[in-house]
Amino acid sequence: MMEYLGLYNYWVFAVLLMLGLYAVISRTNLIKKLIGMTIFQAAVFLLYISMDKVEGGTAPIIQSHMPGQLYSNPLPQVLILTAIVVGIATLSLGLAIVIRISEAYGSIEEDEIRKMDNA
Amino acid sequence: MNGLSAHLPAIPVIIPLLASPLVVLLRQRGLAWAAATASSLFCFAVAITLVAAVRESGVQAYAVGSWAAPFGIELIVDQFSALLLLIVTGASSFALLIAPRFGSGVPDDRQYLFYTAWLLALAGLSGIVVSGDAFNIFVFMEISSLATYILIAGGPNRQALAAVFRYLIMGTIGATFYLIGVGYIYMMTGTLNLADMEALIQDVSDLRPVLVAGGFITVGLALKAAVFPLHIWLPNAYAHAPHAVTAFIAACSTKVFLYVLFRFDFLVFQGNLPGHIEQFSAFMMPLAIIAVLFGSAIALAQKDLKFLLAYSSVAQIGYIMLGASLVSVSGLTAGILHMFNHALAKGALFLAVACIGTALGVLSLDKLSGAARRMPWTFAAFVVAGLSLIGIPGTAGFVSKWYLVLAALELGVMGALLIVPVLIGSVMAVIYIWKVVEAAYFGNAGETVVRAEAPWWMVTVLWAAVLLNVWFGLQPGLPLELAREAAALLLEGQ
Repeated sequence: MMEYLGLYNYWVFAVLLMLGLYAVISRTNLIKKLIGMTIFQAAVFLLYISMDKVEGGTAPIIQSHMPGQLYSNPLPQVLILTAIVVGIATLSLGLAIVIRISEAYGSIEEDEIRKMDNA
Repeated sequence: MNGLSAHLPAIPVIIPLLASPLVVLLRQRGLAWAAATASSLFCFAVAITLVAAVRESGVQAYAVGSWAAPFGIELIVDQFSALLLLIVTGASSFALLIAPRFGSGVPDDRQYLFYTAWLLALAGLSGIVVSGDAFNIFVFMEISSLATYILIAGGPNRQALAAVFRYLIMGTIGATFYLIGVGYIYMMTGTLNLADMEALIQDVSDLRPVLVAGGFITVGLALKAAVFPLHIWLPNAYAHAPHAVTAFIAACSTKVFLYVLFRFDFLVFQGNLPGHIEQFSAFMMPLAIIAVLFGSAIALAQKDLKFLLAYSSVAQIGYIMLGASLVSVSGLTAGILHMFNHALAKGALFLAVACIGTALGVLSLDKLSGAARRMPWTFAAFVVAGLSLIGIPGTAGFVSKWYLVLAALELGVMGALLIVPVLIGSVMAVIYIWKVVEAAYFGNAGETVVRAEAPWWMVTVLWAAVLLNVWFGLQPGLPLELAREAAALLLEGQ
């Protein structure tokens, strides 16, 4: 039991992932879809950040007065820094498109937009 | 190798990436177009050189910043990536040559921004193809996707915006799934280099995370590649994009993601996950068959030329997957060859659509009646490219379908059954191409027929693309050799 509870980071990852995906699928409001998408991506950031933790490790900065110190793995943090930037770019492009949609359609509800397209 | 030629694998990424800010500074539409086209053509020339180099001296590897793999990012050009690089840079060059201006959706003084986005999309797609690093592939994937969203949003109607929003959401979910999968593999192996991954997974004792990674990566990339039933973003995105953009992305972008999918499923997972390849086959084959039948059937019902061709793309992706799901060297050869040949045929068809759209401004079939008498050259090209899409002997499309049928027959009775959907799909392709021909050639054009041919340079570029279809139909040696070597590389590692 404790074995599974000890992995709570990963539980949070899974729950956030599903929450985000559910919001993307179920909401018709485009802004809410984007919020869901951001939660979905943030969950993955958490996955990467969690996996770099080394038990007893500290921040990966080499210090000469502490030889033999354990360090956390810095690579996933660097990777996820890139992924966060990608996420921000995607979100801002998404929001820009929503602004254009709202100008062109006068609505940001997906079902209303679809109705206008089919009309 | 010495001097510049050692850096060849990096050039198709570096050049468009450097040219894109330059295009922003140029601002003037004509100059921006010229700069974008010149860099795209240069990349095309580099791709041809790389193909020659790969055929002569095998795999070309390049350590970015001289950091050796597996710690540094490695660029690798083998037979498979060389072929894809040819498709990407070729599609971009042809589509740019035909598009000194993007349709009416974008004001003249902002068009330079679209050429910037175009170059970024080209850099991203080339990057995916040459990179040997899983995370690097993700970054390039997002560069190309973000740029593609901008290009599609430049479409003339407001429907383009709704289509691109859907594409953005689904594309991001696909890319994030891929990222999750890469994360799981990194957890178990501590490496991001694809070749290193394959070697290190063999030492992993608990394979469950790798299995999960396989699922995430396959589904995520299938979403990006519009494999049925994850294709729903595709028709709207293709149909509402500016014509030149459609010609570009329809010819190469889904194939690039299929390329990554094959790389992972055949190189990384195949030897390491017990039963993986049987599962891949069992899942993908039914989906591929449904894609062929469903895509073609929906295409039959379309009244708009671009929607018709977009649904036909869904079916053609089905052919590629069908070849791959046979999991034999000959099947995979057919699939990879069909990537190349479909890029030729669909690229040429969408170039024809660009000509029709520019000259007549309408694309719905009922408004095109008698249009062939107004634009004889364009429609003649459309017919030849259509024959290639159907797979008539003498055109490129025939070669890959022929190899697909041969590969299916290797499986005996079961394989003979697989030929049925291929044939039904081709018959439906005959019908939907005929629908266009019937409207354009035999429709009532009215009393007075006014010649309204597209500008001569567009027709020239279009015919160049069409003649390539015929050339590679009669001389399929080069793509066939590359596809065969790529298939052997994927399945047997040599």
